[in-house]
Amino acid sequence: MSRTPLDTVENAAATPDVELPWAELGLKKDEYERVVEILGRRPTGAELAMYSVMWSEHCSYKSSKVHLRQFGEKAPQSDALLVGIGENAGVVDVGQGYAVTFKVESHNHPSYVEPYQGAATGVGGIVRDIIAMGARPVAVVDPLRFGAADHPDTKRVLPGVVAGIGGYGNCLGLPNIGGEVVFDACYQGNPLVNAGAIGVMRHEDIHLAKASGAGNKVILYGARTGGDGIGGASILASETFDDAKPSKRPAVQVGDPFQEKLLIECTLEAFKEKLVVGIQDLGAAGLSCATSELASNGSGGMRVTLDDVPLRDSTLSPEEILMSESQERMCAVVEPEKVERFLEICEKWDVIATVIGEVTDGDRLEIYWHGGKIVDVAPRTVAHDGPVYERPYARPDWQDALQADDANKLPRPATGEELKDQVLKLVASPNQASKKWITSQYDHFVQGNTVLAQPEDSGMIRIDEETGLGVAIATDGNGRYAKLDPYTGAQLALAEAYRNVATTGAKPLAVSDCLNFGSPEDPAVMWQFAEAIRGLADGCQQLGTPVTGGNVSLYNQTGEAAIHPTPVVAVLGVIDDVARRTPVAFQEEGHLLYLLGDTREEFGGSAWSQVVHDHLGGLPPKVDLERERLLGEILISASRDGMIDSAHDLSDGGLIQAVVESALLGGRGARLVVPDGLDAFTFCFSESAGRAVVAVPRSEEVRFNDMCGARGLPVTRIGVVDGESVELQGEFELSLEELRRAHEETIPALLK
Amino acid sequence: MTARIGVVTFPGSLDDRDTQRAIRLAGAEPVALWHKDKDLHQVDAVVLPGGFSYGDYLRAGAISRFSPVMETVIEQAKAGLPVLGICNGFQILTEAHLLPGGMLGNDHLHFICRDQKLRVENAETAWTVDYEAGQEIHIPLKNMDGRYVADEYTLDKLEAEGRVAFRYVDFNPNGSLRDIAGITNEAGNVVGLMPHPEHATEPLIGTGRTDGLPFFTSILKKLVTA
Repeated sequence: MSRTPLDTVENAAATPDVELPWAELGLKKDEYERVVEILGRRPTGAELAMYSVMWSEHCSYKSSKVHLRQFGEKAPQSDALLVGIGENAGVVDVGQGYAVTFKVESHNHPSYVEPYQGAATGVGGIVRDIIAMGARPVAVVDPLRFGAADHPDTKRVLPGVVAGIGGYGNCLGLPNIGGEVVFDACYQGNPLVNAGAIGVMRHEDIHLAKASGAGNKVILYGARTGGDGIGGASILASETFDDAKPSKRPAVQVGDPFQEKLLIECTLEAFKEKLVVGIQDLGAAGLSCATSELASNGSGGMRVTLDDVPLRDSTLSPEEILMSESQERMCAVVEPEKVERFLEICEKWDVIATVIGEVTDGDRLEIYWHGGKIVDVAPRTVAHDGPVYERPYARPDWQDALQADDANKLPRPATGEELKDQVLKLVASPNQASKKWITSQYDHFVQGNTVLAQPEDSGMIRIDEETGLGVAIATDGNGRYAKLDPYTGAQLALAEAYRNVATTGAKPLAVSDCLNFGSPEDPAVMWQFAEAIRGLADGCQQLGTPVTGGNVSLYNQTGEAAIHPTPVVAVLGVIDDVARRTPVAFQEEGHLLYLLGDTREEFGGSAWSQVVHDHLGGLPPKVDLERERLLGEILISASRDGMIDSAHDLSDGGLIQAVVESALLGGRGARLVVPDGLDAFTFCFSESAGRAVVAVPRSEEVRFNDMCGARGLPVTRIGVVDGESVELQGEFELSLEELRRAHEETIPALLK
Repeated sequence: MTARIGVVTFPGSLDDRDTQRAIRLAGAEPVALWHKDKDLHQVDAVVLPGGFSYGDYLRAGAISRFSPVMETVIEQAKAGLPVLGICNGFQILTEAHLLPGGMLGNDHLHFICRDQKLRVENAETAWTVDYEAGQEIHIPLKNMDGRYVADEYTLDKLEAEGRVAFRYVDFNPNGSLRDIAGITNEAGNVVGLMPHPEHATEPLIGTGRTDGLPFFTSILKKLVTA
């Protein structure tokens, strides 16, 4: 077969006028001109491929960078932070010599095109980020958002996504312990498939993506490189879907969890023997990303022979090899004398491993193909010096009208009977209903360390069998709140995740985020984005929980219609002894129910306004982060000292939703009384932040009240755990049986 | 003296370390065995753990059955070595013809993870003597291909010989014929089941129940008093 002559660096310099398909690869004209300026000549085809993927929105954060800086600038002082933003994932000290790494990422666009593989490879990617830090992955979580629950396409996307997450994660042996499932018509053409993972290691095992030491070998190991996912980063993740263009299916990667499981075990064994100097996983932008980032973060240059890359398809061009996003691959930098042992370990696990290059003492990344030099670049210009945009942003002109459309003025139930109907409707609504149909497709038990898993407020994993040390994680985000006010919405997401961690008895330590927004080219979306980041950075500063890393997903929009701004926040916490954890379920009859915090008439963006009135307007609940911190401290102390035996955070759906969940999980009912100063409706449905409901054994009542009183946290007795129903005195009574049917039948019925 | 119980790691095994922990909790000594190594290192019993060995390619358990370690396991099981197959391990045992029948995909076509109620039908096998016959226990179940099938003759024979070791109670999670969750060979030394007893050995962890621990104390009792 004849091919066009190889486009070497020499050739490029000699033929300055050759037209290259920069526009098709997703580069803008001025970006292409910048590449030419950096190189002092036109790029070769291979160089163009690298720049185009690495400068895509997905890899370069070109629209978001100027705003993301705030996470660093406003970072609170924290002794817990061992590795911050910029590495594959952040690392946090959790005590006893252990470090924990965690991160949330998006795989939104691929999951809409091909739900199973899109979601599966999302899990695969985040897990490789965790391994690349030196950690054994111990759990995954999946915050998901789909279109309207009754829309026909949701039936295509949701089961595929759930099966993909299960199919991949279950096969890796990672318990799935948390996440969310939210339905809203705004996600119809842009479902959000975010994936989070946690890993555990000893402090001394932390590894970084860095190629140092001239002469050290660069080893590519894992799956062979194929034609899947080529251009995925530049084309798929960085452009709005448009019906007029051809199908992008071939740009979605295909995952093989078995290969990834071998990759995990083989990598951990290599770490254990201290064989690895630097390591990087191959995710978006594949080898382009791994080689340029390793070289850019290291002290020298790198020379790579692309002919040595094991291929699944021998007809791939060098450009395609550089851009391929084939899954289950990693790149390690290993000292020459340790290469043999490294390769032995790979062989033991039946993992293909090949030396493809070495670290040089120069400062260039040079890539060869068939003897010709096809790439000669300063790695930093590819990996870190991409374009940075100060995108214009402006508060949208509809924001005032939206906020003026006050949800507090919506008609409220007039009788106890109406209130009862609305409670039943709420607990059966797709967003508030039990997600068991989904979570039962995930393995929660594997590894034998799962202390809490969904539907608990946070997932909790034991990390030391002797001492009982554990970590907890919660992810939250409410696009409806953020649409009403992105600054407050982002803080509410943070507050909720923080509260969820504290409710289970763990101390919140650090934050990761996945910021899902529409097109940054729309000033209104850019304003939402800027506001959300400002809110989150301010909030993290105030709560003392640094952002350790995260992910931005833009262009989540179909035509002109963007999704609700959806910052998803993950909070990681630590608990000294998992035996002290607090579950959601009511444990014993006769225990007293207390409401912690203040309840106000706050219905803007509430589940009630959505379910009963299909309404979105007004202002979201107020945020008081000092109150959140106090509430958290009380919940943690009460858990540690055995003063409470169940607790549930109040968020969407309000108090009644929380009580119903605790009752159904515990198989025990509750008798409630509306406290003085509140009406029954507000008591049930208000979504005021900074609140939780706890069950206190009678023997602890005095001690618990004294503690809250001394610390200045409002505490109100609202009832008792009792019977086979949830009863609000003088208003309504609903049997557990009736509630269970309403709560558990919705999702299976929709997806059958 | 305590018993040494081997746990085989195949490529794609997932619950191997959990099974080792369960063995330790029961008071026995876990020994890691490797699929490429024929040598069983003088263990007194073997557990084939859960997971997706070889990615479940071809058919769950179909490739593992031919691994070097299985040659020895098959040979010694026939001579009386106690062997327990959990989930994927059960699938491997049927593929290896140490137990009759086989597993198909769940009838509802989804992976299922739940706290499953079982009845112990046979409390005389090497792995069940610490239960009472008829005892009802809760053991986590998690699988994609858990539907036990066999021809009518085999099923009748299993029932007649008391070789149905465990049956699903209240809810059949995968469409298994006659609600069969686990079976034993004629001698009672080889037992396979789909649910995961190793995940029900510690309070607080998983479902918080310890209903699975007697599997491991049973074998210890059997070996130490033998």
